[in-house]
Amino acid sequence: MSQPEILSQAFELGYTYTRSTGPVIGRFFTELKKRKIVGIKASDSRVVVPPMEYDPDTAEELSEFVEVGEQGEIVSFAWVKKPREAHPMQVPFAWAMIKLDGADVPMIHCVAAAAESDIATGARVRAVWADETVGFITDIRCFELV
Amino acid sequence: MSDEQDVITGINAPVYLKYNFTAGRAPSRFLSQIKKGVLMGQRCPKCSAVYVPPRGSCALCGVATEEEVKLSDKATVESFTIVSIPIPGNPIEPPFIVANLVLDGSNISLIHLLSECVNEEVHIGQRVQGVWNPESEWGYSMDNIRYFKPIDEPDVPVDKIGKLPVTGWEG
Repeated sequence: MSQPEILSQAFELGYTYTRSTGPVIGRFFTELKKRKIVGIKASDSRVVVPPMEYDPDTAEELSEFVEVGEQGEIVSFAWVKKPREAHPMQVPFAWAMIKLDGADVPMIHCVAAAAESDIATGARVRAVWADETVGFITDIRCFELV
Repeated sequence: MSDEQDVITGINAPVYLKYNFTAGRAPSRFLSQIKKGVLMGQRCPKCSAVYVPPRGSCALCGVATEEEVKLSDKATVESFTIVSIPIPGNPIEPPFIVANLVLDGSNISLIHLLSECVNEEVHIGQRVQGVWNPESEWGYSMDNIRYFKPIDEPDVPVDKIGKLPVTGWEG
C-alpha cells in the first residue's frame, strides 16, 4: 500500500438560531436602535443595565425603564492582545465592565484604545454608535476613552 | 416606543463552528479512489469484515486494517427514512429518501440518497445501484455518486443483508 496523499479541507458547521427577546430586552434593543441606552429600576432602586425582566432579589416582575447616559466609568477590564475572528474588533482592544452614568450595575462592552497602558480602572468612556443602528448590542460599536 | 413596527422582538443569534478537517490515512485513500470512480473498502485481518468508508481499523477487533477491497456500486437497502421537512441550507427539496445502504462486498452500511424511486415502495432488502455524476465532475467526494436508484433484482432477505460477496446477489 503506497503512502496516500493526506486530504484536508475547511469545514463550517452553522447553527442559525433566532431568539425571541422578550419584552424587556426587546425594549433595550428597540431603544439602542434609537441610540438610547435604558436600564430598569430594581426593587431596591438600583438601576440595572442591560435591563432584566425580574428583580434579582425579590423575583418580582420589573417594568420601570430608566434612560442612562452614554458615558460611564470603567470598573474593570481585560486587554485582548490578539483578537479572534468573532471579536467585535480586529485590532487589540479591551473587554470592560462599564458603569454608565445613572446606572448602578456595570455592563460589559468593548473599549477601543491605542494601547493597554491607555486604559485604567476609573477611566471615563463614551459610547461610539454604529453608522446604522438595527436594534442589537452592536449598535454600540464600542466605547472610546473620553 | 412610538412606532409598533420598530419594536424589536427577535434577534439572529447564529453560532458557526469552523473546522479544518483532515481525513486521515484510510479515508484519504478511500477519497483518492472514489475520485477515480472506485469504491474501496478495507478488510479486517481478524474477523474479515469489510468496512466502507474505511477508518483504518476494525472497531470490533481493535486491529489495523490494510487489505483493500474493491467494492461494487450495487447495494442493498438496510434501512431508510423519508425526509418530509426541509432542512435549512440543504438544497434538496423534500420529500427525499436517506438510506443506510450496504454495498456488495462490504459488511457495514453507508448513508446515501435514494432517488428515481417511488418513495412509498422503498423497502428493506431492496436492490439499488449508484448513479454517478459525469467523470469530468469527479472529485474527492462521495457526492460523485449523486444518489442510488432501484434496480430490477430480487430482494435480499434481511439475514443476508451485509453478507453478500462483491459479485452481488443472484436471488
